[in-house]
Amino acid sequence: MPLLRSLKRIVLLGLVGALVGCASIPAGIERSPHDPWEPFNRSVFEFNEGLDTYVLKPVVAGYRFVLPEFVRDGIYNFFSNYSDIYTALQNLLQGKPDYAFSDLMRVVVNTTFGLGGLIDMATPGGLPKHKEDWGQTFGVWGIPSGPYVVLPFFGPSNVRDTFGTAADLESDYLFSYVKDIGLRNSITGLRVVNARNTYYEAGDLLDGAALDKYSFVRDAYIQRRAYQINEGRDDEEPLMPVYENPYQ
Amino acid sequence: MTSIDRGHMKSHQTIQKYCAVVLSSLFLAVSGANAQAVDQSTPDGLIKTVVSDVMASVKSDPEIQKGNIPRIVDLVEKKIVPYTDMRRTTEMAMGQNWKKASPEQQTQLVSEFKNLLIRTYSGALSQLRDQTIQFKPLRAAPDDKEVIVKTVVIGRGDPVPLDYRLEKTASGWRVYDMNIMGVWLVEAYRNQFANQISQSGVEGLVKFLQDRNKQLAAAKPAN
Repeated sequence: MPLLRSLKRIVLLGLVGALVGCASIPAGIERSPHDPWEPFNRSVFEFNEGLDTYVLKPVVAGYRFVLPEFVRDGIYNFFSNYSDIYTALQNLLQGKPDYAFSDLMRVVVNTTFGLGGLIDMATPGGLPKHKEDWGQTFGVWGIPSGPYVVLPFFGPSNVRDTFGTAADLESDYLFSYVKDIGLRNSITGLRVVNARNTYYEAGDLLDGAALDKYSFVRDAYIQRRAYQINEGRDDEEPLMPVYENPYQ
Repeated sequence: MTSIDRGHMKSHQTIQKYCAVVLSSLFLAVSGANAQAVDQSTPDGLIKTVVSDVMASVKSDPEIQKGNIPRIVDLVEKKIVPYTDMRRTTEMAMGQNWKKASPEQQTQLVSEFKNLLIRTYSGALSQLRDQTIQFKPLRAAPDDKEVIVKTVVIGRGDPVPLDYRLEKTASGWRVYDMNIMGVWLVEAYRNQFANQISQSGVEGLVKFLQDRNKQLAAAKPAN
């Protein structure tokens, strides 16, 4: 089964990550109940950080140097339009047909008036972009997230979202119709660079903001996924965390 | 969204993006003092006025767009900080540890935390260009003392949800927390502070923040 194949690939990558060595937890840090595999996760996190600093970021810097902004925007819009097809499907699976219809309209508008997706005409036209993936759909179906996991290359995840990522990889089949392997790999590479480029300008903001980057990223990821799964529901209420008030 | 998009990038880059917008928002959220009468009678009115004012200031100031940090800090201090309650933000992020801090330490923590937020996110503010802000209708009862004002930042790339949590005080509505793409700022810092305190005490946290702020002040602007 293809899903199993993807999953196996991800798990294998995880084992490779583990070989990098387990990072020790800084002394005195309180363990999060969501993160029982913290030593393993920290080592994979370090691996990803290195990969980003020494490979991905320099590549993206070159990409920005070589291509003018409007070309990069076109590339971004093209892949974004492509992913809207999947978002429409996910919204349908999540029981949000109105969202799914709006996403489909986006694809129609952007593919025709937006010159094959190079220009995003739908957003200014009043069709906002949504982003959905299998992990969110599983969450909407009531599958619990399980413990937090950091995947090599893919970054923060949890057990449910690891299956989600495997399903994402498997259902991402349009480009697999491209028979030329070299071209297909180039497309994949371009997608990775494009995705990283989106966050380039934010710079190393997180390095300044976080006291401990690993736990900051983890806690933010856990919050964000819960938010994404909740969003767009009919009875959607803003999740207002209840803070312990030191004076009560 | 497809696998590749969400793949590697999902990790800290995504979160960097939230953070980037955080500031923009924190700024946007809280600002507003510039002589203009800011409507503080309703929470959504306050957010709308302050955000619009800050956006206009950034867009009309080439120095800020070039990343002139002292100028951005000045803008934030004048237009955003007056509409925030940083003391409450800090209290909530500290939780039970707040009472372990002496009054002097509490004052230091509030001021260092504020500076950390301003410093780390000031770069984001300088990147505001053609973004527009969509204000969602307020869902609150007239006698609510605490509300959430929801907005979405629309620009290049994906729309960024940005929510502000406000509390009614004697002097008007004040922002004390914000949510960037699903992440509450106070919530995100609670573990950070608790860990630092269990490692080196309240004193250690104060020192950590002071050192970090000095580092950030010495660093060159990102753009």
